[in-house]
Amino acid sequence: MRPFIRFESVSKAFGSLTVVNALDLAIEKGEFVSLLGPSGSGKTTILMMLAGFERPTQGAIYLDGKRIDHLPPYRRQMGVVFQNYALFPHMSVAENVAFPLEMQRVPRAEITERVERALDMVKLKQLKDRRPSQLSGGQQQRIALTRALVFEPSVILMDEPLGALDKQLREHMQLEIRELHKRLGLTIVFVTHDQSEALTMSDRIAVFNAGRIEQIDVPQVIYDTPRTRFVAEFIGETNLIEAKVASVDNQVARLSLGAGLSARAHAGNGLSAGQTASFSLRPERIRLGASPEGSNALDMTITDCIYHGDHMRVQLTRDEFSLVARCERLAGNWTVGAPVVASFDPSDCTVLTQ
Amino acid sequence: MKAGVLRERSGALLLVLPVLVFMAVFFLWPLWAMVTAAFVDDAVSKVLPRTAASIVSWNGQGVPSEAAHKALVQDLRAATDEQALGEAVRRLNSAASGFRTLLGRTIPAVKAASDPAQVDLLAIDPRWKDTRFWMALKEAMPPYTDRNILAAVDMKRDASGSIVLEAADASAHRLIMLRTLLVAAMVTIACAVIGLPYAMLAASLTGWKRSVLLLAVVLPLWTSLLVRTAAWFILLQNEGLINRALQAIGLIDSPLPLIFNRLGVVIAMTHVLLPFMVLPIYSVILGIPRNLMSAAQSMGAGPVRAFWRVLLPLSLPGLLSGSLLVFMVAIGYYITPALLGGANDQMISSVIAFYATGTANWGLAGALGLMLLGVTTVLYTIYGRFSTSPQVPGA
Ligand SMILES: Nc1ncnc2c1ncn2[C@@H]1O[C@H](COP(=O)(O)OP(=O)(O)O)[C@@H](O)[C@H]1O
Ligand SMILES: [Mg+2]
Repeated sequence: MRPFIRFESVSKAFGSLTVVNALDLAIEKGEFVSLLGPSGSGKTTILMMLAGFERPTQGAIYLDGKRIDHLPPYRRQMGVVFQNYALFPHMSVAENVAFPLEMQRVPRAEITERVERALDMVKLKQLKDRRPSQLSGGQQQRIALTRALVFEPSVILMDEPLGALDKQLREHMQLEIRELHKRLGLTIVFVTHDQSEALTMSDRIAVFNAGRIEQIDVPQVIYDTPRTRFVAEFIGETNLIEAKVASVDNQVARLSLGAGLSARAHAGNGLSAGQTASFSLRPERIRLGASPEGSNALDMTITDCIYHGDHMRVQLTRDEFSLVARCERLAGNWTVGAPVVASFDPSDCTVLTQ
Repeated sequence: MKAGVLRERSGALLLVLPVLVFMAVFFLWPLWAMVTAAFVDDAVSKVLPRTAASIVSWNGQGVPSEAAHKALVQDLRAATDEQALGEAVRRLNSAASGFRTLLGRTIPAVKAASDPAQVDLLAIDPRWKDTRFWMALKEAMPPYTDRNILAAVDMKRDASGSIVLEAADASAHRLIMLRTLLVAAMVTIACAVIGLPYAMLAASLTGWKRSVLLLAVVLPLWTSLLVRTAAWFILLQNEGLINRALQAIGLIDSPLPLIFNRLGVVIAMTHVLLPFMVLPIYSVILGIPRNLMSAAQSMGAGPVRAFWRVLLPLSLPGLLSGSLLVFMVAIGYYITPALLGGANDQMISSVIAFYATGTANWGLAGALGLMLLGVTTVLYTIYGRFSTSPQVPGA
């Protein structure tokens, strides 16, 4: 199937600064794709190229098979939710929501009806005569979203739309947007630098670093098997292990971790005996105490134990080698200085490139 | 402790004292002088205090009693301050023509008489039988008057004391005030028409281009008004640059009348006042979040519709304060109309200057000045409303 949105080796430079570097990206119709990356990694620039506010220096962008990178923004039919909502301060809520419909020259009567219906959907009908400045941040956010949805654009683009909200409201809005996406079958490109937001909301996540995609995949794969060191560190918390590959046998590598420890890991392709490589091991994948059949078992010492409410963070050390494990609070009674066996499955230890 | 605070307070007071003194001397005092000039009318009663006291009881029929005659004779004999006497004579003559010659004959005769009790005014001059002169005397006596403020709006009190319109050909203050407002309105519109696109252009540019545009509009503020007006004089005259250039390229045969008419006044004033329009609009536009225009475009608004629906309405507060500012300054203009305008382009300030320095009629000058001040104050109040009202919410 032909992808709905396609970036074809798109680059963007501001003067001598290359912000987006030979980007290839395909997004299906109805998909929720997050662009995730640290500040300055070029996410907004990519979104602005898609919306038409920036022109690619090189490459082509296609929407539904038609090349669009030469079209002005007002010909692209995309709903954009801006970082600070960009509601028109001189118009009421209803006028704001009616604006895109007026621009599409929808008949008056139909505009009124569609605005009512849209405001009803986000449960803000009673605010329709207010000015944006009289709304709370969450309400403004919802109006901005409604305004982007009301003219039934082919794509919704959102640039860190929840960044200005407090944590509770943000989580609520995450669910609400996800719900709308499912219900209306929207195609959404969502920019964020918040990894947990990307993980909970997206069908797929594209992790950006310095204008390049480091990895693009469904959230579970991004989290469980990060491909690069950058992804492993940017998404969640991880133990980065530098290890020497002792041998590779049938996709299983035997690693020497230092301090006399060794472990097995899924090698993937391209690992050969004798080289050093980086591995990622998520703290919650480490079990303390028991070591089931087939798992790695390391004899370590507990050097610190930090209480986090719903879980404990246990620091494990053996000479210069150390790990952090994340355990259920009630999983055991860990005392600092006590020896312990740390175990994990070979498949949870993921090899990283770079 | 308390003494320390007190000392600190008085120290602070000392620091602002120069400003307060400056304000008092150069702002409050002239203002007060203007008000008193407009309303106080004691030139006659100061010189003729006894007459003032005795004439109040006169009912205005025929001539006043013998006592009033005596009082006048005494006052005239006692009047030694030539300047004050001259002032009083001028004031009386403006109320009743012929008073100057009447007093010119009376005063020497009264002063020469050996016994003041024997002086008979009617014998010196039979005109003292005329009620008109005694009426003028009586009316000049009250120390406060509304004569000036009425004259400022082309009105006066008739013989019975009720307020009536001045004869149409006698005074033109209303006409000149209207003309002033009209010229100010024309200048304001011209400034708005040029200033709005200019400010928008400046705000849309960045870097040195923006600096050049802003500098070009602010620079005139740093040159003297007289120099700028003189420059326009050179440009606009019949042999000036503009007419020469137009003739050289063959667009016109004879020079366009650009100077000594309203067009010249409006051109020069527009140039001088343009910064007061551009800067408020510019600052308002800078405060409009850029992504509002992007948002409008993303929703299908082309550049023109985005401009009409978003940028223009949001710039209006700036346009409004700019217009009020330009209008306020324009109605007080004096030098530019005087140098570049014709006889029919003089504005109210020129009239004020004429009364103040030309005929030394400080009372009327003060009254007209107060009227101008009143109009400006009203406009300033409106301006204050608009320039403080919040328009762009926490974006
Ligand atoms: N108009 C511009 N001119 C020059 N540099 C820009 C412009 N827009 C963005 N940049 C630069 O491009 C880089 C990426 O910016 P951006 O796409 O906004 O990143 P992100 O949204 O991921 O934080 C930043 O270093 C930024 O300074
Ligand atoms: Mg950004």
